[in-house]
Amino acid sequence: MKIRHLMLAVAAVVAGASTLSTSAFAQAKEQFFPLLSYRTGPYAPNGVPWANGKQDYLKMINARDGGINGVKITFEECETGYATDRGVECYERLKTRPGVTAFDPQSTGITFALTEKAPNDKVPLITLGYGLSVAQDGMAFKWNFPLMGSYWTGADILIQHLGKKEGGLDKLKGKKITLVYHDSPFGKEPIPLVQERARMHGFDLQLLPVTAPGVDQKAAWLQVRQSRPDYVLLWGWGVMNSTALKEAQATGYPREKMYGVWWAGAEPDVKDVGEGAKGYNALALNTSGQEPKFIQDILKHVHAKGQGSGPKDEVGQVLYTRGAIISMLTVESVRRAQERFGKGKVMTGEQVRWGMENLVLDQKRLDALGLTGVMQPLSTSCADHMGSTAARVQTWNGSKWSFSSDFIQADEQILKPMIKAGADKYLADKKMTRRAGTDCQS
Amino acid sequence: MFYRENGQFKTSYRADQQILPIRQDRIALGLILLIAFVAVPMFASDYAFRAILIPFVIMALAALGVNILVGYCGQISLGSGAFMAVGAYGAYNFFARIPGMPLIPALIMGGVCATFFGILFGLPSLRVKGLYLAVATLAAQFFSDWMFLRIKWFTLDSSSGSVSVNQLQVFGFPIESAVSKYLFCLALLVVIALLAKNLVRGAIGREWMAIRDMDVAASVIGIRPMFAKLTAFAVSSFIVGVAGALWAFVYLGAWEPAAFSVDQSFRLLFMVIIGGLGSIMGSFFGAAFIVVLPIFLNQFLPLFLGLFGVEISTAGIAHAELMIFGGLIVWFLIVEPHGLAKLWSTAKQKLRLWPFPH
Repeated sequence: MKIRHLMLAVAAVVAGASTLSTSAFAQAKEQFFPLLSYRTGPYAPNGVPWANGKQDYLKMINARDGGINGVKITFEECETGYATDRGVECYERLKTRPGVTAFDPQSTGITFALTEKAPNDKVPLITLGYGLSVAQDGMAFKWNFPLMGSYWTGADILIQHLGKKEGGLDKLKGKKITLVYHDSPFGKEPIPLVQERARMHGFDLQLLPVTAPGVDQKAAWLQVRQSRPDYVLLWGWGVMNSTALKEAQATGYPREKMYGVWWAGAEPDVKDVGEGAKGYNALALNTSGQEPKFIQDILKHVHAKGQGSGPKDEVGQVLYTRGAIISMLTVESVRRAQERFGKGKVMTGEQVRWGMENLVLDQKRLDALGLTGVMQPLSTSCADHMGSTAARVQTWNGSKWSFSSDFIQADEQILKPMIKAGADKYLADKKMTRRAGTDCQS
Repeated sequence: MFYRENGQFKTSYRADQQILPIRQDRIALGLILLIAFVAVPMFASDYAFRAILIPFVIMALAALGVNILVGYCGQISLGSGAFMAVGAYGAYNFFARIPGMPLIPALIMGGVCATFFGILFGLPSLRVKGLYLAVATLAAQFFSDWMFLRIKWFTLDSSSGSVSVNQLQVFGFPIESAVSKYLFCLALLVVIALLAKNLVRGAIGREWMAIRDMDVAASVIGIRPMFAKLTAFAVSSFIVGVAGALWAFVYLGAWEPAAFSVDQSFRLLFMVIIGGLGSIMGSFFGAAFIVVLPIFLNQFLPLFLGLFGVEISTAGIAHAELMIFGGLIVWFLIVEPHGLAKLWSTAKQKLRLWPFPH
């Protein structure tokens, strides 16, 4: 009995001490990268390579360049398990560290919660290819950066590609397109855009939600079997993707007519299905493979020294590369901020935000960074927090992904008014106002 | 030596029936409240507030609500997450649809919505008992998951299904800073806990306990099972609903139905069982155990292993956290099946005799 009480008391004291002692502040000497990740749970197969890529790129910058203009990078990972409340806890834990740079929440749900918090804490959110689609409007969302694409641009590119396949967008009239989506903000985000496109081109849109995490999809695929759509758009993540492909195989739905978003187009999604996924298409924001120079650098400076975060043969996979790109963009934002606020200094979240808003990565710069051909050039501005909307379609041939289309740009004509309206509604709901033009200089 | 009631004579029924009849208890409670309201806001860091104290206070409130139903009235419920969700979305709808709706009435209306929802899904309790009832209340959980995902009206036609609130204020004071959020939740918790304590001490609480202990005998002595069970559902879901609204409004800020999934229901049930069934105090212990311990393990393990020069990966920590947490639950349930609250009362009993036990 006594020992038990003693242990309880000790546990209570240690818990109290550890929570109260974190308030000590120190002058930042290092640029701190908080890394939210999930290596457990139903989304772990996709979360792990993503997290490894983010981490390895930072290690590589430290090992190869000695940091950003001499400023060493430190980082710490925090496991969210894709759960919003744990994600918020991680954010609160890491945001107070000295020299905190930017957050990549790795989850749409966490992004929504952090969007409310980031402006108060003055730390930018980088949500590459996910998050809040209307956040492209930098005048309304000062702290959100959906770089390189959002669900709306993704959906738009897919519909354009289908139009091209049919020989013109007007040929889509009367066709049946089914959206099989993860029933969460992640899966629901593209719906308004696909509906808008359906109105414009006159195709039938069928919406089939799949309850998270997506292990049970029998009902949805039964409906696919009944309605026999011309195309299926797959908006899945994690275990939902491979399950959908297996269900399609069981239903006899041709994989060639299935198109996934870029979150449904990585190795973990198709590997287990193997031959059964042959012909399946998905969007690609970036290339995969170990050929690009920056991946080679990671192999040379990190993995060769035994400091890699994951198995060596997974380096350069689709999601790994995307994670590395996210870290690269954050590092480049710091570098850009240093150009204005002082080279070799630690940047604050506000300064990094400026850097992210004034990021210019043209082809020359990408070549210098060793990312030739990996991604499209990108340049952000005050009004445009996305920088580039181009993506390609890739096809799984049973053993690897290969590109099956050119780069397609999302249609500004359609996106712009929708983003404007959505951002205005968001601001009106929150009783907030747009940033003034003068705010762009800050 | 210090903790004993010798010499404290009660001269009126009032004095005999107060919540804390022993003077030392009253002093201790006063001190605890003083620490919670004054000392903690002075010393705790922003992180401690936002990541530990606020979730702890809100979850303690929810556990309190669940304890009334499960611990006092003996109706096992796996629908607590649903009651939280109804509270959160109810409050959100009142808050967003009615211009100028103040925060506290919105929270209370959220609780009222949850009350009706709770009574509706409490109806099966009149016919089924025990595990069967648990399964019946699970239906509430699945119904609410479905309702808030698919009925767009509840989320104000938000395209992503996620809703958010901001610029909260009470009587003109903004509830934005961590301290103000903490104090706001704590004040609500204290008020509701006091009400709950008085309810369970009163006639209605005795009815609940009679139903819990033996419902046939209770109805023989004139307790109406329907009234007792449904009031327990109503009171419990009101409190859980308010806690859900706080969880959404104050802690998350923006949320989706997944925030109130069946996991949340299980967590609340664990809190009540580990904390102590049928004990207001136990709700606090249970909430502390379930909310704080995983976070503590998550941060403490790397430090602890670092002492021995062992580096552990993030995934390793996450797995170890789950294993140790699970192990502790089993251990606690074996050594003290009546929950942490029982440990507390045993400790109090020993303290009375200290330092001269028989």
